[in-house]
Amino acid sequence: MSIENTEFRPKIVAFCCNWCSYAGADLAGSSRLVYPADVKIIRVPCSCRVNPMFILRAFEKGADGVIMCGCHPGDCHYSTGNYYARRRMTLLFSMLDFIGVENGRTRVEWVSAAEGVKFSQTMNEFAEKIHSLGKNVRLEDLRCRKN
Amino acid sequence: MQEELIKRAKELLADGTVARVLGWKAGDLPYNPEPSYFENEDQLKNFVYNGFCGANLSKYMIEASKLEGKTLVFLKPCDTYSFNQLIKEHRVDREKAFIIGVGCKGKLSIEKIREQGIKGIESITGAEMTDDAETLTIQTIYGEKTCTYASAMLGRCHVCKGKEHQVYDELIGESKDTKDADRFAEVEKIEAMSPEERFAFFQNELSKCIRCNACRNVCPACSCRKCVFDSTKFDSAQKANVDDFEEKMFHIIRAFHVAGRCTDCGECSRVCPQGIPLHLFNRKFIKDIDKFYGEYQAGEDTDSKAPLTNFTFDDVEPSIVGERG
Amino acid sequence: MQRIGVFVCHCGSNIAATVDVKKVVEMAKLEPGVVHAEDYQYMCSEAGQAKIDAAIKEKGLTGMVVCSCSPRMHETTFRKAAERAGLNPYMVEIANIREHCSWIHKDMEEATKKAVILMRAAVAKVNLNAPLQPGESRVTKRALVIGGGIAGIQTAIDIADAGYEVDIVEKEPSIGGRMSQIDKTFPTLDCSACILTPKMVEASAHEKITLYTYSEVEKVSGFVGDFTVDIRKKARSVDMDKCTGCGVCQEKCPSKKTPSEFNRGLSNRSAIYTPFAQAIPNVPVIDREHCIKFKTGKCGVCSKVCQAGAIDYDQKDEIITQKYGAIVVATGFDMIKLDKYDEYAYNQSPDVITSLELERIMNAAGPTKGHLERMSDHKAPKKMVFVQCVGSRCSDERGKSYCSKICCMYTAKHAMLIRDKYPDVDVTVFYIDVRTPGKNFDEFYRRAVEEYGVHYIKGQVGKVVPQENGQLLVQASDLLDNKQILMEADMVVLAAAIEPNPDVRKIATMLTASIDTNNFLTEAHAKLRPVESPTAGIFLSGVCQGPKDIPETVSQAGAAAVKAIGLLAKDKLMTNPCTAKPDELLCNGCSTCANVCPYGAISYIDKEVNDHGIREVRRIAQVNSALCQGCGACTVACPSGSMDLQGFSNRQILAEVDAICR
Repeated sequence: MSIENTEFRPKIVAFCCNWCSYAGADLAGSSRLVYPADVKIIRVPCSCRVNPMFILRAFEKGADGVIMCGCHPGDCHYSTGNYYARRRMTLLFSMLDFIGVENGRTRVEWVSAAEGVKFSQTMNEFAEKIHSLGKNVRLEDLRCRKN
Repeated sequence: MQEELIKRAKELLADGTVARVLGWKAGDLPYNPEPSYFENEDQLKNFVYNGFCGANLSKYMIEASKLEGKTLVFLKPCDTYSFNQLIKEHRVDREKAFIIGVGCKGKLSIEKIREQGIKGIESITGAEMTDDAETLTIQTIYGEKTCTYASAMLGRCHVCKGKEHQVYDELIGESKDTKDADRFAEVEKIEAMSPEERFAFFQNELSKCIRCNACRNVCPACSCRKCVFDSTKFDSAQKANVDDFEEKMFHIIRAFHVAGRCTDCGECSRVCPQGIPLHLFNRKFIKDIDKFYGEYQAGEDTDSKAPLTNFTFDDVEPSIVGERG
Repeated sequence: MQRIGVFVCHCGSNIAATVDVKKVVEMAKLEPGVVHAEDYQYMCSEAGQAKIDAAIKEKGLTGMVVCSCSPRMHETTFRKAAERAGLNPYMVEIANIREHCSWIHKDMEEATKKAVILMRAAVAKVNLNAPLQPGESRVTKRALVIGGGIAGIQTAIDIADAGYEVDIVEKEPSIGGRMSQIDKTFPTLDCSACILTPKMVEASAHEKITLYTYSEVEKVSGFVGDFTVDIRKKARSVDMDKCTGCGVCQEKCPSKKTPSEFNRGLSNRSAIYTPFAQAIPNVPVIDREHCIKFKTGKCGVCSKVCQAGAIDYDQKDEIITQKYGAIVVATGFDMIKLDKYDEYAYNQSPDVITSLELERIMNAAGPTKGHLERMSDHKAPKKMVFVQCVGSRCSDERGKSYCSKICCMYTAKHAMLIRDKYPDVDVTVFYIDVRTPGKNFDEFYRRAVEEYGVHYIKGQVGKVVPQENGQLLVQASDLLDNKQILMEADMVVLAAAIEPNPDVRKIATMLTASIDTNNFLTEAHAKLRPVESPTAGIFLSGVCQGPKDIPETVSQAGAAAVKAIGLLAKDKLMTNPCTAKPDELLCNGCSTCANVCPYGAISYIDKEVNDHGIREVRRIAQVNSALCQGCGACTVACPSGSMDLQGFSNRQILAEVDAICR
């Protein structure tokens, strides 16, 4: 493991709901739909389980982008979870934008269990976006930086 | 008005309607009265009510609700929103409160007076709320100075929510709607900046934060028995600030936790010893909530669904943040 | 501190080919709490599970991480293995290094790095896991079958025979499905209706089966054992109790210009209709879109002629709400639309037809009363060309990538039947491959070629051009003789690909059942759990899961029934213990959590607490763990962090975040 890594490899955290998006990611996997290894998935039961604290913490610890995926509105396994998640994330993202954090670093995408292609496309797009934004210097905890 | 309040308080104590009075007592300086309990006539000698009584007493009712007997509490129009919100969240007991809605014509900020170059203050007249005085007369070690009442008002009073009390048992004194500015003008000004400017603005403001928790302690919506920043639940227990993200995280989460519950009482900014305009966070959320989900004023009632515990099938998507440009 | 074991699976070469599993093991040993790490070819195998068993016992593990396939695949397997070895099953976490890593990353170094991080996140989480005990939930002893074709009918009969109530929901006015449209079945050539209609009657007469025809599933809520389903019974405009099925209304109906869906548009039907004579129930429906009474308000002939007084123009859609323990999806298939295949002139010439249309033409009850004739001039054809794989095994976006499986056999059947009944008709079949795996299938195909003289040519038809003389000019290539063929034909029959019923996407969404990119429902395991959806309590029957012929459909229908019966036979199910739990000392009693709970699982009590010496009565949230489904909405709504989700706690998720970002 001796990568001379001068190239920017973003850290991307993806919160995926167990019922739709995590299954969508599984489908992307079983369909061998490639997306960058920079994306690491955390399984949560529902998008409404994603606490803004988790997202801020990810940034604090050096994440360059955080994406949350859930069932399409109307399709939540728990009926209403993603509707609450939608409001929470809308307000949180707006606030992050307000304090000057590039809004491209946060994203919500609704991905069903059947949308392996969409999952892979979304992750490719998001990774590309984060790549273009570069290292997240505005939010990270400076203590965690290793240079 | 102060004498009227004292008189009524004495009566209510005397006839046993209330067991104690929650009001303001004179501080060591002419402009820093502080919240206080009064349990008898004698203690009421120290009771004051003037332009500097900005403190919102509704949060004290959480503890007062646990006490034996009723508590007489004086609430200004804007304070009553907070009280309503606390009723809604089962944090105060309406039955334990005897609310006198007190008149308010805007509350004063000593900082605003100092900003006008008035220093060495010894005493201030015109803040007693007894007349329609439009002018403050300030005795300083450098002689007598004056300024208009309006120029010395707290920022929040310029965007006054109105002179009506939302909840009360009795009303004493006249109130005045002191609104003379747009509530969201400050937020819009920041929104109009570039992301870099916004980042620099908040970096500058928040770097002053000393995590004294005054904002949290005074906030009527921050009424948790134990704040998440003090508990082990999120591994977020408070510690010394060592990086510039922690205070951002603290203030964002604090604002998020009160989003849809914050009545915009402005106490956070009033008490911040570092003068950070903390109300901007809350007001940004209020502005977004109004725009995305329809106008909502927390504390206007005690039974409506709060924006974050509510939804519609066709709510805006989070991507609107980017699309707005 | 936990004593954690890490087990890294090779999954044969599925993981090991792109992830350096030894490296993952080596790195795992450095993680806090890890006291054991090993890799093995197949962790899910008996030998693999034995290794887990041994490690738990010998090393006294208090938690374990399996780096393997998706937890949706084998989490249960490993939890059970842990339980057998005496470890609480909820002390097991899965690092998904197959679907989320080895299968999507090509570079070994990169994939290994990611696998290590995923392992670390799982270890960090398991460090904070706590043993959990499942609760119990009841099972409603009633099954719902969505779709009333042969698959749905068979499943329903099998479940009902086991003694459970079954409801069939069919969106058409009659049950029967595609099989009712088919004339004869391969390889026995027995009449489809003759074997299907008795089944239809059996289903309809069964005391345990309720039919909801002309009905659709509107809403599904709940979970395995306890689903609540709203069924929309569309207004038939005919009173089912009064109608005698005499058919006079259909005869007298003046609106007779509507293409018959049942006859694939080859004939017309009246506005009040039953799809076919043997329809069950034998009660017509009024197609309100084409009914003159509904369009103009004038007419009402059917009402006048109905002796039974069964016509009810004011009938409204009815919503029936019913509880079910199990749901079987049997939504079947349709032929793909051929709009994009202009080269076959399907839309230009009525003599270019699909195989299913040919079934209707060959059928004695069909538009031509069973006479083989051209739809353009009703002349008997002398030369017929069959084109295989129209839209199947297709590499472009017009068709489907998969093999539709049934076309080779039904085309052999068609060719054979035509040659048998009309020996003077010349039949040519163009094929890519002839696929005949199945009992007596190849023999059947060889009979078509050897006994019935059907010409099979390996090659694809490039173009079908309608000629002025009414003939069709077929351009094709013969790949074996390596030559171009130009031939005239009277009729061309296209073996169009089959696709899942377009409604299945909507239904899958309601059921939160996964479907693949071709809209086929996904199995819980392609080999081992082929009739179950990954969503518990949802079973798959028939072509909704993948192309199959009738015998396969019937077998799968039976298998789905057995799985459903296995569920219904249980009185109680163990419930997921990953439910919300408030911390009494932190609870504000503010009701915010209850406001977002979709299950009404949160209530409040006044309770005396001892908060570090302060004794007082407080209003405190309580979670009913039988009702809580563990979504976590309350945990985020709670400002104080009192409400937490067991198995997905704040600290666990934050530990994962930290591990990924470090």
